[in-house]
Amino acid sequence: MSLTTEQVLRIAGLARIELADGDVEATRAKLNGIFGLIEQMQAVDTRGVEPMSHPQDLAQRLRTDVATEADRREAFQRVAPQTEAGLYLVPKVIE
Amino acid sequence: MINASLTELRTALDAKRISSVELATLFLDRVAAHNPTLNAFITVDRDGAIEAARAADARIAAGNAGPLTGIPLAHKDVFCTEGLLTTCGSKMLSTFVSPYDAHVVSLLKAAGAVNLGKTNMDEFAMGSSNENSHFGPVKNPWDTTRIPGGSSGGSAAAVAARLAPIATGTDTGGSVRQPAGHTGITGIKPTYGVVSRYGMIAYASSLDQGGAFGASAADCAALLTAMAGFDERDSTSLERPAEDYAREIAAPASDKPLAGLRIGLPREFFAEGMAGDVRAAVETALEQYRRLGASTVEVSLPNAKLAIPAYYVIAPAEASSNLSRFDGVRYGHRAAEYRDLAEMYAKSRAEGFGAEVKRRILVGTYVLSHGYYDAYYLQAQKLRRLIAQDFQAAFQQCDVIAGPTSPTTAWAIGEKTDDPVQMYLSDIYTIAVNLAGLPGLSHPCGFGAGNLPVGLQLIGDYFGEARLLATTHQYQQATDWHLRRPA
Repeated sequence: MSLTTEQVLRIAGLARIELADGDVEATRAKLNGIFGLIEQMQAVDTRGVEPMSHPQDLAQRLRTDVATEADRREAFQRVAPQTEAGLYLVPKVIE
Repeated sequence: MINASLTELRTALDAKRISSVELATLFLDRVAAHNPTLNAFITVDRDGAIEAARAADARIAAGNAGPLTGIPLAHKDVFCTEGLLTTCGSKMLSTFVSPYDAHVVSLLKAAGAVNLGKTNMDEFAMGSSNENSHFGPVKNPWDTTRIPGGSSGGSAAAVAARLAPIATGTDTGGSVRQPAGHTGITGIKPTYGVVSRYGMIAYASSLDQGGAFGASAADCAALLTAMAGFDERDSTSLERPAEDYAREIAAPASDKPLAGLRIGLPREFFAEGMAGDVRAAVETALEQYRRLGASTVEVSLPNAKLAIPAYYVIAPAEASSNLSRFDGVRYGHRAAEYRDLAEMYAKSRAEGFGAEVKRRILVGTYVLSHGYYDAYYLQAQKLRRLIAQDFQAAFQQCDVIAGPTSPTTAWAIGEKTDDPVQMYLSDIYTIAVNLAGLPGLSHPCGFGAGNLPVGLQLIGDYFGEARLLATTHQYQQATDWHLRRPA
């Protein structure tokens, strides 16, 4: 398998990571090296094997739907790039 | 005092031969002297440490000291520490002062341990050499032209150079065991779910697990006992009674204290790929284990070779999801200039993440994208089961599994930075353990060429931490590799 330049740009778009024009080819080459390693997986017949998502095959624990955390809005917003009146500010998305 | 074990430090503190403030000052002065060379710490919290040490001294005076009260330690910078810079080795979080403590940090604070600061690491715990840090590479105390291993390279180097007696780390594919091996110290990664991931900045959530570094198994056991335990705030934390991981550590009962212990040697780990000097040290260590009464038996992990490809699907997939939270909105770096929201995301992430983190996010995004999920993510999860089953089959024939921690000793800084795949292959012996969720430990077992430490890895069955530590302890009673210190 070998990724094309278009595929690399598409993945970067999905991942919301800007790729400078000068970095696309180098990124593509490194990713293709990694996928060369990953492709070794395809040689194994895994028909009938259940996928394993948790080392102990445990289901994730559920908890009662009640508030357990105190309101610490101020402390959490202190580390935000831009806030106003208790809200996070982002560029306008609706005209 | 610098080279003392935790037991010796405890005795000295309790007997008032030294105060916790004096002890913290001793280690802080060493950090000040050696960190400019080693770069093991990103943040040194002298004021916080002295304040915590004063509180510990009061507690000792009042007769309320626990095993770690007044003992200095360092936290890997992946653990959130309230009021203290928590960078995860990234430009993205280079100014992030955490508003809360990780569960591990709260537990150790409550135990009265004295945090000296935050240690350097590969960015977001992605790396095997500690060269992927925004704050520069960590140097191996045994040879400062070499890497200390990663991703918990700062914690390992700090303990090896005695800038701290113990340190926390995390291990997603070997990030505690591999740097412990390369720096000549002991490091343990427990069974997945034993240490809470709350406040431990996530990389690959189904693999990430906190762990402990110390000079010896006994020191690691004390730290792990304080770090472990059920935490409601981590949905994968296991509901098990608290354990004393030092409970099986005892003085040798005879000249064959390991009689009856069956050590499995995976054929695949002893095949090609292991450097001659590593093999020699490992073989000598196995001979020592046999002298202590253990028997060795060949076992097989036929799918172990697939651990690296499977890991490089599962870990990046989970990372691409976990790291989507870094969008420049709620915390972390935000680009200075952008035209709209989409560009703000893309530029903030392009500027905030380093090259290796971006690569793994891109790999993860691809393998999870429409049409590729079955071929990659699902196939990797199936291989994960085959790998876990291999271990279970092996444990029918043995109690613990032993082999090298890494195929070579520490390599030169810069040697593998241009070739991510070569870097990935250096984790061949550690990654399968994370996929299976098993506990693993690395302890020093000698030196290779250039006086570089060699680590022996011991792998246990689920919840076998106490046995791994006790087995290592017996080895360390008969050998002195764990007492060797870099010049």
